[in-house]
Amino acid sequence: MPQSIPFVDYLVLGDTPHLVANECTACGARFFDRRNACAACFATEFRKVDVATEGEVRAFTIVSMAAPGIPVPFVSATVDCAGTSVRANLINVDPTPEAVHVGMKVRLAVAPVGTDEAGTEAINFGFEPQR
Amino acid sequence: MASDDVWILGINMTKFGKHPDKDVIDLAAEATMAALADAGVTMREMGLLAFGSLMGRVAGQNLQKQIGQTGIPVYNVSNACATGATALRVCHMAIRAGDADFGLAVGVEKLSGAGLLAGGSRGADSKTWTPSGRLGAVASIDGRIGTETMPGVFAQIGLEYGHKYGGTTFELFAKISEKNHAHSTLNPLAAYSKRFTLEQIMNDIMIAYPNTRPMCSANCDGAAAAVLVSDAKLKTLSLEQQRRAVKISASVLTTDPWEDACQVLPNVNTLTRQAATQAYEKAGVGPADLDLVELHDCFATAELVHYDNLMLCEEGGAVDFFNSGATWRDGKTPVNVSGGLESKGHPIAATGIANVWEVAHHLRGEAGDRQIEGAKVGLAHVIGLGNACGVHILEKAAA
Repeated sequence: MPQSIPFVDYLVLGDTPHLVANECTACGARFFDRRNACAACFATEFRKVDVATEGEVRAFTIVSMAAPGIPVPFVSATVDCAGTSVRANLINVDPTPEAVHVGMKVRLAVAPVGTDEAGTEAINFGFEPQR
Repeated sequence: MASDDVWILGINMTKFGKHPDKDVIDLAAEATMAALADAGVTMREMGLLAFGSLMGRVAGQNLQKQIGQTGIPVYNVSNACATGATALRVCHMAIRAGDADFGLAVGVEKLSGAGLLAGGSRGADSKTWTPSGRLGAVASIDGRIGTETMPGVFAQIGLEYGHKYGGTTFELFAKISEKNHAHSTLNPLAAYSKRFTLEQIMNDIMIAYPNTRPMCSANCDGAAAAVLVSDAKLKTLSLEQQRRAVKISASVLTTDPWEDACQVLPNVNTLTRQAATQAYEKAGVGPADLDLVELHDCFATAELVHYDNLMLCEEGGAVDFFNSGATWRDGKTPVNVSGGLESKGHPIAATGIANVWEVAHHLRGEAGDRQIEGAKVGLAHVIGLGNACGVHILEKAAA
């Protein structure tokens, strides 16, 4: 059975895939990267918090020109997940201005990126339209 | 009695465009020597040099070796697309601090044919998935977790404004580009000075919806340089030098204060609004006093949000403001009469001085066919992702 690995540290796989953020225990500011301190209040204590898996598209673009090796077109978006903004691709949707709009309701979905030489499959996240 | 005002004594920009026969230092030297000649001074009087070239791999010292080594301090500055404005700001601070009477700010870039400047390359995936970096990503995230390209980032910034306030359509953003390309036909130094119809703009190559190619800033070669002088020293110079001097009523540089989501999608709004607020307060002028504005239209989608950020319109009113015709050259607040970054071009480190040159040119009444008649006050704005924002407010000399 092939092993799998999340594409980024802040994606948790399993039966209910979701994102986790580093939340500042002092002010509640949320971050997805490894932290030295809080950019909002300078405190240094963080706790892991689950991010809502449903959200609303706050901004998007349909990228038609990108670096060699990046399949285009694809939809890049900023998704507001119950107050926490997440950067992601929109997946399982036509990459056209007719199919995507700001305010659109979406939910987290996962998809394989590829399998490495050791047989490990990397799994990435995106957001797809709520149906 | 001298004040602590700082003035632009001389300023110049090269023709923006393709300069295959000149290297970065040739371009910098051309703009610098022309700015010194415009000021009526030489390298001998300069008390410092602030120099920026983001992609040029050269330092101010390389320029000195070609045009004059006098032992003055060089500040090599790097602040993304706000590099030129930062060089000006450094000279302004040094003069205000009393460290120098004259300062020289220079920005230069060679970017013709450079293509995408961020997210323009992606390394091959490694043979085994190994988490690395601050996100613990097992491979490059560009194109897999959103986009890193500037046209895509700024497209989202424009659509985010539309999500908040409504009224943004592909056609609206294309009309902003139509305006700037129309303005550029009067600017002989613009990299591109061709007028496009709305249909041509909308049907051109799509880069990142809604930004088509003519709605993106043009990579090109170019340099700009400015000589700054203290008020006390200016008063000792000729009446002609005093008459042509342009007052820097405000020189402001900001970064973005933390706000939710600012590390997810760059927030170009907070820091521009703060820079504008500080600049208006320092200059003692308001948006209604501005006769012209050069703002950072790196993409058509960016120009719209900066109408609001610079408070040229009511909060949330940028779409109506543009649709009223206010920002065309015959409107209430002409914006980017140079053609803007979309047509004049965007040689990154030169941009923050070139847009000050444009405003100064009008205040001196020397802008020829594109002169905004009677211009007395103008504003120049740049933003560099990362983020840095520079705002300069300039005023015509009283004499």
